[in-house]
Amino acid sequence: MTFELVLFFILAAIAVATAVGMVLSKNSVYAALYLVTNFISVAIFYLLLDAPFISLAQVTVYAGAIMVLFLFVIMLLGAEKIAPELNWRDMAIPLVLAAALMVEAGLLFVQRFSQPFTASADGAAFADPMSMSVTLFVDYLLPIQVTGVLLLVAMVGAIVLSKPEKKGQA
Amino acid sequence: MFLSETVLNPIFSLAPWIVYFPVIGLLLNIIFGGWFMKHTWGETAVGAVASLASFSAFVVAALLAVALNGQHGEAALATVAPWIHIGTLHLDWAFRVDSLSTTMMLVVSGVGTLIHIYAIGYMHEDVRFKHDIARYRRFFVFLNLFIAAMMILVSGNSYMMLFVGWEGVGLASFLLIGFWYDMDTLGRPSWANSNAAKKAFITNRVGDFGFLLAAMMMFWKFGSTDFDLVFAKVAEVSHHEPWVILWITIFLLVGVAGKSAQIPLYIWLPDAMAGPTPVSALIHAATMVTAGVYLVTRSAPIYMLSHDAQYIVATVGAVTGLFAATIAVGQYDLKKVLAYSTISQLGFMVAAVGMGAFVAGMFHLMTHAFFKALLFLSAGSVILGMERGHHHAAHHHGGHGDHHEVFDPGDMRNMGGLRKTMPVTFWLYIIGTLALAGIPPFAGFWSKDEILLDASLHFPHVYWILTAAAFLTAFYMGRQIWMVFFGAPRHEAAAHAQESPLIITLPLMALAALSVVGGFFNIPAEGFHQLGHWLMHTIGEMEIPPFSLTVAGVSTALALVAIFFSWLLYGRTPLKTGQPDPLKKPLGLLFVGMENKWFIDEAYKFAFIDRYYDLADFLAQKVDWDFWHEWFHNSVIAKGFVGLARFLADPIDLGLIDRVSHLLSDLVSASAGGLRKLQTGFVRSYALSVLLGVVAILGYLLLK
Amino acid sequence: MIPTHFYLALSAILFSIGALGVLVRRNALVVFMSIELMLNAANLTMVAFARQYGLQSGQIFVFFVMAVAAAEVAVGLALIVTIYRSRQTIDIDDMNRLKG
Repeated sequence: MTFELVLFFILAAIAVATAVGMVLSKNSVYAALYLVTNFISVAIFYLLLDAPFISLAQVTVYAGAIMVLFLFVIMLLGAEKIAPELNWRDMAIPLVLAAALMVEAGLLFVQRFSQPFTASADGAAFADPMSMSVTLFVDYLLPIQVTGVLLLVAMVGAIVLSKPEKKGQA
Repeated sequence: MFLSETVLNPIFSLAPWIVYFPVIGLLLNIIFGGWFMKHTWGETAVGAVASLASFSAFVVAALLAVALNGQHGEAALATVAPWIHIGTLHLDWAFRVDSLSTTMMLVVSGVGTLIHIYAIGYMHEDVRFKHDIARYRRFFVFLNLFIAAMMILVSGNSYMMLFVGWEGVGLASFLLIGFWYDMDTLGRPSWANSNAAKKAFITNRVGDFGFLLAAMMMFWKFGSTDFDLVFAKVAEVSHHEPWVILWITIFLLVGVAGKSAQIPLYIWLPDAMAGPTPVSALIHAATMVTAGVYLVTRSAPIYMLSHDAQYIVATVGAVTGLFAATIAVGQYDLKKVLAYSTISQLGFMVAAVGMGAFVAGMFHLMTHAFFKALLFLSAGSVILGMERGHHHAAHHHGGHGDHHEVFDPGDMRNMGGLRKTMPVTFWLYIIGTLALAGIPPFAGFWSKDEILLDASLHFPHVYWILTAAAFLTAFYMGRQIWMVFFGAPRHEAAAHAQESPLIITLPLMALAALSVVGGFFNIPAEGFHQLGHWLMHTIGEMEIPPFSLTVAGVSTALALVAIFFSWLLYGRTPLKTGQPDPLKKPLGLLFVGMENKWFIDEAYKFAFIDRYYDLADFLAQKVDWDFWHEWFHNSVIAKGFVGLARFLADPIDLGLIDRVSHLLSDLVSASAGGLRKLQTGFVRSYALSVLLGVVAILGYLLLK
Repeated sequence: MIPTHFYLALSAILFSIGALGVLVRRNALVVFMSIELMLNAANLTMVAFARQYGLQSGQIFVFFVMAVAAAEVAVGLALIVTIYRSRQTIDIDDMNRLKG
């Protein structure tokens, strides 16, 4: 049991627990907070997987920006709760299906990818922020630009959609 | 692209143009002829295009002959395109230039050109007389088509290509015999001409069948129909299977009998005179009908190997020669006499080539082309003169005797005394007659003498028959001359007959010149005999019998005696109007036979045509109507169909097919009703189905 | 080093939980969050594979997924806000106007 493995299992337990908590929490504010915790644990997994750049992006974009947006909307609407949501009878089929999905996916992964891990010796070198940025802004220049336009469009769309309707307009 | 590369002298690559030129001529007349005819110069233009096309072919043929002479007659091939390549059979569209084919080319295109020129004048009057000027162009198109087909016939390098030309000239002949298909010689509605055309075509079909059998047999036994390949194997096959050679020659003889009007298939040629006179001259006297002679000459290596075949061919030719001559004596129609004379002369040629005297046969073919074309065209000139005279007389006397009175401008009983009204035609006719009768030094004498000479040496019975025929030839030609040109006119038309214009008489003069000097191509003397030596390049060396004064003297004496007899009967006391033929009394029944063509047409009608009608009637009435319509169609098919339809309608269609389709539609609407419930509008139920699908797919991947 | 299939198994679990969330919750915001969780699970597999095969492109794609997710969240939340304004609820079972 190396340190990494211990760390992995602790983090995995946190991730699973927070995910389950998010699904089951009655209050959406709690759900959002569980999700933030989950994202941060995933960000640590990314660090373990030699992906420091992605890890930081995860923290800033997901845990930072997106979840703040969620919380903001929840607060704005005041819709933390809606009347009796979960009942176990309705959950039976989804539960069975989700369990089946989990078992199947897990079995598939174990079946196909359980061969010994053969990472390149220099570890983090292939994906340090420096080389990532070079790849992104040299090889993937056009997709980066397109993504920028996409974000701009999304921003404009969000503004247009959430603009209060003026009186007299349909 | 129209020239081929595989020839020795570049001149030979011109060979295909003997066909291309007439084809170009006919295309020009088809495309632009209608436009030409809208102008006053239209007829001249149409005739000039056609004549030039024919003349160009003549020039090419002459060039080929010169080039061929330059290489001592060695045959050359001009391959244009591959034709039939099936299995081991390789036939190319190849033109064969050798001394035999160039001789034929020269005769065909040379005589053809003169007749084209003649036709410019002749058809000018003919179409006006028959009130259908539009057919002028058609005539020249057909004429050029004939030249093209004939050129293919004489220049093809295989029996199959020869057959293409053979059928092509048959088609042209059919079209031209039936040229006035809907009217008779006087322009009255009648189907006689189209019946004559059909008769010619169908009779030729019998002959063509024989030809095809021969060609198939060659392919079967020799593996090819190419001349060189066939002749190369002929000796070997003859050694092992002589019957093959005999049957091929006999089948070929059937083809020859059809095309060259020999017994028993000659019956179409007299009727073929229904065509305009230039056609009679070109196709049915000078060129097409000699195709059979050409075919036998071309097949010389085969015929030489079978004495039986030679005997049969020679006898058929000789008997035809005499038989047709006897009929010619009893005819009254100017062109009919010449038609039977043609059959008779063709008999001479066939007898000659049958005996192996190929040079003599080809020589007679050539001279005959000259003087028989001359005679036919002169006869055409006479008929035109008679028509003009009739026209003149009718107008002169005003009311009575209009165009449509029954008057046959070709009936010799209506003529007489034309010597004075048509002097040019008269002298031309005399030349032709002397040539045909075999009076020295005219062309016919030399060629006929050569045939008789060969016959006297090898086939005595043929000699006797042909000598008798030659006697009759001189007699009926003399009879014709006395009846047509001497004595007093027996009809108003003859009295007012007018000479033909220069466009008609000029070609006649050229032909007359050839008829006079044509014999010098092949004078039977040491150092001469050019045609013989020329042809021997192709048909191989053969002995040239020395000139025999006995044979020549006997035939000349007989011809003079025959002409004297004819003078006795027809010249001394000219025929009166309505008087029966003076031969009728002394000959009695014999003359009735001659007059009625020995009732051969009637016999054929009884033996073949009526039997054919009986068969057709039986097939139509009993087999087709009673059996097929009444019984099979009405009872078997109709009732069976109704029963089948009922079966298909009730149990099959209503019971099975409708039920299945109703079931399907019910199923669809039921399942649609069920599926509609799935469209709930609840996003989560959609997601559930998506997840279900994902689970299923993963399950499949897992278990795969 | 932790074997890759550990990560894969973990991401399978997270994905399934996310899917379950989509299926069982009626609160549109929580459903949305569940979708984000599923996206994260997918990202995790990509980064794990990127490490296994030593390829950068796996991580690059994760980056793009994040960017698209950000755009999606922005528009999606704007939609939810708009729907809430007109219907005074964010219960997705009430959003069934398009049912056939």
